[in-house]
Amino acid sequence: MRPLIAQLRAEVTMVATNGETLFLTLGIPVVFLLFFATVHVLPTGVDHPVDFLVPGILALAVMATSMTALSIGTGFERGYGVLKRLGSTPLGRPRLLGAKILAVLGIELVQAGVLIAVGALLGWHPGGPGGSACIGWAVVAMALGTLAFGGFGLVLAGVLKPLVNLAVVNALFVILLLLGGMLVPLDKLPSWLADISKVLPAAALADALHAALGQGVPPTASDWVVLVIWAVAAPVVAARTFRWE
Amino acid sequence: MHDAHTAGSTTGPDFDAGPAVECQAVTIRYGTTTAVDGLSFQAARGEVVALLGPNGAGKTSTVEALEGYRPVQGGSVRVLGLDPRADHTALVARIGVMLQKGGVYPTLTPVQVLHLFSAYYPDPEDPDALLDVVGLTRARRTPWRRLSGGEQQRLALALALVGRPEVLFLDEPTAGVDPEGRLIVRDLITAQRDLGRCVLLTTHELGEAERLADRVVIIDHGRLLAEGAPADLAAGSADGSIRFTAEAGLDITGLVTALGAGAQVTEERPGSYRLTLPTTADTPAMVAALAGWLAANGHALGDLRTGQSLEEAYLAITGSRGEPETSDDGSGSHGRRGRGRRSGRRGSRNEQQTGSDGQSRSEVA
Repeated sequence: MRPLIAQLRAEVTMVATNGETLFLTLGIPVVFLLFFATVHVLPTGVDHPVDFLVPGILALAVMATSMTALSIGTGFERGYGVLKRLGSTPLGRPRLLGAKILAVLGIELVQAGVLIAVGALLGWHPGGPGGSACIGWAVVAMALGTLAFGGFGLVLAGVLKPLVNLAVVNALFVILLLLGGMLVPLDKLPSWLADISKVLPAAALADALHAALGQGVPPTASDWVVLVIWAVAAPVVAARTFRWE
Repeated sequence: MHDAHTAGSTTGPDFDAGPAVECQAVTIRYGTTTAVDGLSFQAARGEVVALLGPNGAGKTSTVEALEGYRPVQGGSVRVLGLDPRADHTALVARIGVMLQKGGVYPTLTPVQVLHLFSAYYPDPEDPDALLDVVGLTRARRTPWRRLSGGEQQRLALALALVGRPEVLFLDEPTAGVDPEGRLIVRDLITAQRDLGRCVLLTTHELGEAERLADRVVIIDHGRLLAEGAPADLAAGSADGSIRFTAEAGLDITGLVTALGAGAQVTEERPGSYRLTLPTTADTPAMVAALAGWLAANGHALGDLRTGQSLEEAYLAITGSRGEPETSDDGSGSHGRRGRGRRSGRRGSRNEQQTGSDGQSRSEVA
C-alpha cells in the first residue's frame, strides 16, 4: 500500500506543479466554458448554451486528462528512462499503473467539481430546466471514456517518440474537440464527418453526457456500444504495444 | 545511515555463500550483432568489481542482463543465486541500480524523488540523511532537470542506495561528476563494500577502475580479456622497462654503451624513450646509470617511470588482442591468443612474464 500511495502522491504532485498540464486539464475547460457560455457564437441549438456546454466540456476535460496529459507525461517518462528505472524497483507495473489510474480519476473529480461549480454560477440546470440529471449514467460514461482515452493515449505514448507524441496528442485533442460533439453538436457537421465522429469515443462520451446531464435521459445504445468497444480495445492494445524503454 | 541491521542482513543465518553476481558463458545478441560473447565472471559480497572496456565493449549489456532488463541468448546470469528475469520480483528489493543516464522524473526535486523511492522498499535508508551523504542537501529542492550533471549522478546513486541493496549495479557512476563529487562517490562505494555489499560498476576510465575496484574485469567485443586486482594486472603485464622523457634526439648509441651489455633504448615518440633491461638487470642500478649519463651529457630528465600503470596494461591487453578469433569455443576465457594469464583463471594471475611478452607488447606501446 505504501508504494502505491507514495506513487500516487508523486503523480498528483507532478500534475499539480506542471503549468502546462494544469492549463490543459483545468485552464482550457474552464476558459472554454466561461467564454462560450458568455459569447454566444456556437450553434448549440438550445436556449441556454450553458446547458449544452457543461456536459460537452466535462467530456473535453475527461479527454484532456486521460488521453492528452497521461499520454504526454508517460511518453516523456519513457524518454527520460524513468519507466526503465522503475522496472528495477519493487514498485512493479500493477502499482505504477494503479497510481496513474487513480491520479487520472482524482484529477477528473477536481475537474468535474470545478466545471459543475462554474456551470452552476452561469445558470446551468442539470437535466434541463425543471428536469433531473442521470448522474449515475454520467459517471459510468466518464469511467468508460477514461479507459478508452487512457488506453488510446498509452498506445501512442508506447509507439511514438516523446516529442512526436506530444505533437500528435495535442493535434488529436484539438481535432476531437471540434469533431467530438463537445462544443458543436454533431448535427451541425457535414453528415460524412458526423458519421466518422460517431464511431469515435469523443462523440460517444459527449453524446452520453448530453443525454444524462442535459436532457436527463439514459444515453443511447449506440453510445454505450462505441464507448465499451473503445474502453476494452484501447487498453488491450496499449498493454500489447507498450514499451518500457 | 549504515546501521548494524544492514551489515547483519548480509552475514546472518540466511547468508548465501555463493557469489553475489555470476555470469556463466553469457551471450547477448541484438539481431545479428553479438554484444556479449561467452562472458564469464563472478563478483562476491564485500567486493567492488569494475567492468572495464572501451565504448561498445558490452559492459552495459552485461549489467542490464544482470538487472533483468534483457534476456541472454546463451549461458546464464545469476544474482544472489536468483534468475534476474524469472525471479525479478524477489530480486528487485535486494538490488540497487544506477542506469547510465536519466531514470529520474525531471520535474521532481531530490527530496521528493528520494522519499518516493524510499517508499518502494521495506526497510529504506533515511532519505534526508542519504541526501546529506551524497552532498545534495543544498540542492534538495532543485528540480532534477536543473541539477548539474554531477548532482544528477549523485542523486541516481542515492536512489540506488536507498533500499539498502545487497548488490549494487552502477553503470558509469562517475561519468560527468566533478572531482569533488568523485570523492563522494568513491567513499560511498567503499563504504558499501565495507558493509559486505557487492558492487559491480562499469567504467571506461582506467583511473576510476584503478581507484575504485578491488578487481577489474577487462572486456572488449563482449569477451573477457583479463581479470584481476588492478595492481596485479599492471604488474603482471609490466615488461621490466623503464620509461623516461628527455629532449628529443638523444645519442642512443652512446647511452646504450654507458648502460652496458643487454640494455636497449628506443625513442618511441620524439623525446619519449623506453629502456628495455636484460632480465638479470638491477633496475635501481640502471636508473642510476641512466641519470648519470644524462647528467654527464647535460640533458635534463623529464618523467621517469619503472613498472607499468593499469593504463598501459589495459592498452596492451585491448590493443594487442588482434582480430576476434574465429575458432572461439564460446567460453570467452579459453583459446585467447598470446599470454596465458589473461585467461582470467584465478591463480594464474601472478605468472611471471617472459621476454617474448615484452616483445609482443612493444608493437602497441
